[in-house]
Formats: sequence, structure tokens, C-alpha cells
Amino acid sequence: MTGLLRTRLHLGHQTIAYPEGPARFPERFRGRPVVSADRCRAGCAECEEVCPTEAIARPGAGRLALDTGACVFCGRCEEACEDGAIVFTRDYRLSMRRREELAVTGDAPQLAAALDAKMKRLFGRSLKLRQVSAGGCNGCEAELNAAGNIQFDLSRFGIQFVASPRHADGVVVTGPVTANMRSALVETWEATPAPKLLIAVGACAISGGPFKGSPVCSDGAGGVIPGVGVDLYIPGCPPHPVTVLDGLLRLLGRVEGDDLKLASTGIVEPTRPAGARPKNR
Amino acid sequence: MDQRILIARSGQAVDAADVPRLLPPDFQELLAGSLTAGTRVAAYYGQPSPDGAGKVLVTAVLANDREGTLGLFATEVTGAVPSLAEEFPALQLFERELHEQHGVVPTGHPWLKPVRCEEGMGREVPFFAMEGEAVHEVAVGPVHAGIIEPGHFRFQCHGEHVFHLEISLGYQHRGVERLLAGGPTRRTPALVESIAGDTVIGHGVASARALEALGGVTAPPRACALRAVALELERLANHVGDLGALAGDVAYLPTASWCGALRAEFLNALAELCGNRFGRGLVVPGGVRFDLPDDAAARLAARVQDAWERVDAAAGLFFRSPSVRDRTEGTGTVSRETAASLGLVGPSARASGLPVDVRRSHPWPPYDTRRIPVEVGDTGDVHARAWVRFEESRHSAAFVVSALSTLPPGPVAVAAGTPAPGRLAVSLTEGWRGEICHAVTTGADGRIARYKVVDPSFHDWMGLQVAMRTGEISDFPLCNKSFNLSYCGHDL
Repeated sequence: MTGLLRTRLHLGHQTIAYPEGPARFPERFRGRPVVSADRCRAGCAECEEVCPTEAIARPGAGRLALDTGACVFCGRCEEACEDGAIVFTRDYRLSMRRREELAVTGDAPQLAAALDAKMKRLFGRSLKLRQVSAGGCNGCEAELNAAGNIQFDLSRFGIQFVASPRHADGVVVTGPVTANMRSALVETWEATPAPKLLIAVGACAISGGPFKGSPVCSDGAGGVIPGVGVDLYIPGCPPHPVTVLDGLLRLLGRVEGDDLKLASTGIVEPTRPAGARPKNR
Repeated sequence: MDQRILIARSGQAVDAADVPRLLPPDFQELLAGSLTAGTRVAAYYGQPSPDGAGKVLVTAVLANDREGTLGLFATEVTGAVPSLAEEFPALQLFERELHEQHGVVPTGHPWLKPVRCEEGMGREVPFFAMEGEAVHEVAVGPVHAGIIEPGHFRFQCHGEHVFHLEISLGYQHRGVERLLAGGPTRRTPALVESIAGDTVIGHGVASARALEALGGVTAPPRACALRAVALELERLANHVGDLGALAGDVAYLPTASWCGALRAEFLNALAELCGNRFGRGLVVPGGVRFDLPDDAAARLAARVQDAWERVDAAAGLFFRSPSVRDRTEGTGTVSRETAASLGLVGPSARASGLPVDVRRSHPWPPYDTRRIPVEVGDTGDVHARAWVRFEESRHSAAFVVSALSTLPPGPVAVAAGTPAPGRLAVSLTEGWRGEICHAVTTGADGRIARYKVVDPSFHDWMGLQVAMRTGEISDFPLCNKSFNLSYCGHDL
């Protein structure tokens, strides 16, 4: 018992300050990309050629776009572009409500819109979610688990992952939705009482990620359940727990506005000055 | 030395045509003889024979831990071959996989059912069932109560008592091997890192070393050191997280809370290195994509040392608590003999007293010069698996601190090289769950003709099933977590 108390004192308080205070991100963290079409050289497609998941559209044509729903945030495009047309910032906010909003063409923050007043009244102070891994590699699953640990502590906000779809207000899908998990996902959805939310977490669940086009996968959760659209997309490979928190809290209207909570400087900094080639290959 | 075996080393490429092709009976006899002599099956897989005619080229890769070598030999089969699974249970899943992927029927296999239902879950798969009025069946999954991957567990019980557990997987099958064939492409690294998202570095290093061997290049020493740092950080993150989860399963909440959070220290250390908490984007054929300046390396070493001291305190409480020991000791026991015959690898094997660790037996730089101690238990129960993972975390932390303070100078990458045609490279890596094997064959065009992945979970799932026999069903979550095997690593 005394050992326990000593350890408790030694380890101290573990929960992060976010959302009231800043969250910590390492210097090399790759969050929201900034796309500058005006820097994109005509006829150049080097970024597209290195992208593992075909997340880049229209390179070298003046209308460059990066689909954060397909992006695995590896940073190879940034590395390949000598002109700094794509730069990853440390902005952890990535979630959006509509699929097409995930295509980044500039420097606007990605801030998910809140639910309507009725749904907010229903779920705003208590949101219970059922998670279904449908081909997820355990990366997104691990970060969702982490979002519930004492460090990120989702339950501070009344958000919990529950054991039964019968107790849930929504289903969180990870993975590209394998053919072998399709019916289990549909059944889980049907067992969840309405009104309910469908949330896609990670590149695989949004677009298929690296498994896009696999003959035994569905390219993500959208369209798998007949007539049901995705209510919230949380991009990443996997998304950082704070990105998950930000998406869910914005959906519930618990976090609003463009106030960025980032440790050390509190501002978004490109991981390197635009236009400079990285030193590390 | 037997002329019928091509001897290679992990991370070395050979001419695919040099792998001896034996007649099926000679192949079977040699396979049985080698396994009896104490080698382990690292991979045993098929591919369409280059000679065509509907034949299947079956290759065996056997690890000789004493010599630090791999023995390769092959055969061409059509239709059926006699099963060796009864005599060598370590082969049972490989034979089933050969059947599912290539239609090779292992005649006399004791339980020939699909491995992953690669053709879809439509048809019912058989389950072992017991007769008897008081016997009941408990079916769990594929969707589980927590945030975990899907799998189906079928228990035969009498009250709490478990007679038998059968695990049916395949829900996570994404077609990884098929997607990797035809490469390497720009998608290859992202696919490899997604084989098992908690083993990004383990599979990344296994793949990079195989592709480097095929391309005829060697990663520079500084890259090797940084890869090893990342591999040990990955081991630390997973072991520490699982110690927390084990504590949670026996309701010892202090360790559950603290280790759950402390795991982040090691994930964040990986993110300091490469920007991603799971090490994605770090390892590439030819080296690593991110260097660490010496001052940053020193700061990272200090952080890891500090984090380990806190883990030591938090996890130490768990092992000293009598209520914890009551739940973990004697629970889910796998004997040394059983572990050896099932071909278990990683901490699950070491907890049962088998000193298998390819960092020691098939070392690659820097493990060849920077030896890491191998922790071995003897009781083979939940406690032993937890203890082995705790102790090897200690060695990993010391390794990381020491490696970070002595990073060799020089570049962190060379050009990856183009894979040569008609070659085969096998690489073994000790991931946190155990031995990861990647066997990559190129065709005449230099593209990957067959990419075989053997995740440690493929060897170890049977261990969990056996561990549950004669146990109590309420101990299943605890046993399951003590193995913590990968569903997607198995399902590919």
C-alpha cells in the first residue's frame, strides 16, 4: 500500500491539458497539409509519383489538391516537392463531416461542423460508441484505445466505447471493410438503436488507404451499409488521439472556433520552411 | 552436409533456381528429418510453378538456431501430398494454408478447414463439438466487447471449465500478399507497414532487409542502429501497454492506468524520430528516412531512461501484488514440450522455456555486435509471459539508451537498388511478438512473383487455444492478453 502511494506521488497527474490547455506534439509530427497551388510547377508530378495511396490530384495543372481521406501522412510528397507546394503542419485538426471536404487545396483549417441542435441535445453530454474493426491493422484501434486512457481520457467528456451495439449511439469503423467483415459490420449497425452516427476513422475506413482496390476489401465504410452515409471522417494513419478527440468534440459542439491548442509555441508551424528541401532523405 | 538443402542466411538472396527441387516423397522425408533434428519451420509456402502446367512449387524454409542458418528446399506437387501435421503440429496451419491458397490437399490432415476463408465467409466452417448433456458451447465474436480486431472463439464448456477452445480467423483478410506481388511499387512500404499496425517497424525491417538483399545493397550502419532503436521502442511500447492491459484484466487498476499512459512515452519517442507514433514512414529499403542529430539522440535517450524508471515502478507493483500472482500463476499454462511441438515463437515460447529469439540466433546489424540478453521463463503460464515481457522490456530500454548514445556516423540511407530477377531472399526479424519471416521471390522480369509473410501470430494462435484447455472461461481475457496475438498479421 505504501509502495502504491509512493508510486502515485512519483508518477503524478497524467491527463493532458487539452482542450483547455495545449496538447503536445513532436517537432516532426505531420498533421494538416498546406497546399499552395501557386507554388506547384506546371507539368511536374513528382509528388503524385511518390504517393503510396493516390491522394494527390491534378499536380502540375494549377489546381493541386491533397485528399486527407486517402493520405497516410508519410510526407513523401513534401519531400519530393522542391517548390514547397505541399507542406505538412503540426495542426492536429483534420476531421470533417463530408467526404469532399477532405480534399485540401489551401491553408484553411479543417474543422468538423457540429451536429444539429436536436442531435446535440441527444448526444452532447453522453455519447456511447461501438467500435468495429473491419480489416483495421490495429493502428487506429490502438489510438482509439489510447484516447480512452488516463492521458487523453475521453470519458471526461461523456464519450465512451461500449461493449454492445444495443447500448450505443453510433458505430466507429476502422479498416477498409474486408469482404469477410462486411456482414458483421452491417449487423452491428442494424443492432444499434436510432438515431445513430456512423464514424469512419483512418485512411482505410475513409478510402481504403493502402488497400484501395483490393479485391477482398470495400474501399472503406462509405456505401457498405445500404442508404447510410458517414457522419464524421477522422483522417490519419492512424489519427493521433488528440485528432480523434478534436473530431468527436467538434461533432458534439463541445469544441468550437479556430483556436489552436499546441504545446510550446501555440502556433502552427510548417515542419520546415516552405521551399526548402529536407536534409534527411 | 545434406546436398538436398540450400543453406542461406537471414537477409541473404540466393538464385531461386538453386533451391533444390526434390520429388515429393523425398521432400516430405527431408522435412520430417530436419524437424526431428531440431530445426524450426520459419516458412512453408506455395506459389504457381514457373514451369506452369498447374503445378505448385512448395518451398520450405527451416531455421537452424544453433548454426544461425536457413535451410531451403522445394518440391513441385499437383493434387495431394501426405500430411505431416499429426507428427509435427507446427506444420498444421501451414498445410491448411497451402490447401486454401493453392489447392494442395494434405491427405490425412487431422483438421483440414479454411485458415482465412479467403474465398469469403459464405459457407459454414466446421467446429469441433463435444457430445454430452452437461456440455455447452460458448461462441464469441467476430465483433468483441472492446476495441480489438475481429475473430471468432468457440468454447466447449462444462460450467466454467473449458474442455476445448477453437479460434476461427480470416475476418481481417485484406489480400496483403496478392497486393504485394508485382512490386515493389510506391505502395509497397505502406502495405508492409499495415500488415500489423502495431508491428510497423518489425515488418518494415523484415521487408526492407529482404528487398535490400534482392537489390544487392546494404543499409548503412547508422540506419541499422536507428532501425534497431525503433524496433526496441516498438517492443517497449507494446510490452508496457500489455502489462497495463493484463493488470486491467485482473482488476489491478494502478498498473493498468499507469502502464496504459506510460506506453505513450515509447510511442512518442518513435514520433520524435519519424513524426508518427507507430514508426510509419521510417524504414525504407536502403535505410531510414529520418536521421537523428546527436544532441537530439542524447535527449531521447534520457527520456527513454526516465520513462523506463517509471515503468519499472508501475509494473513492479503488479508483480509484487499477491492478488495478481493468485490470478496469473498457473493460469493458461503451456509446457515446454507443447510449445516446441507447436512451433511457438517470441515471448510465448520463451515463457515456456524455449530460448528462441532471432536477434540472438540469426542476428543482423547491429544485433550481431550489440548482443541483447534473452529472457527465458519456465512455468509457461500468464505470469511467465508477463514476466518475460517485463524483463525483456528492461533490456530493450537499456539497449535503446546505449544505442542512442553511440550512433555510428555516416549516412542513413543508400539507394534501394533494383531487385534482380529470379532471386529469393528470406529475412527474419524478432518483432515484439516474435519471429517475423518475409520470403520474397522475384520473377524473370525482376518484379515480385511471390511475397510470403509469416507473422509470429501465425505460429502462436494455436498456443492460446491449448493454453485454455482445462482452464476457466473467465480466465480467457487474461490468457488472450498474455499472448496478445495479431488478427490482421495472421489474416494478411
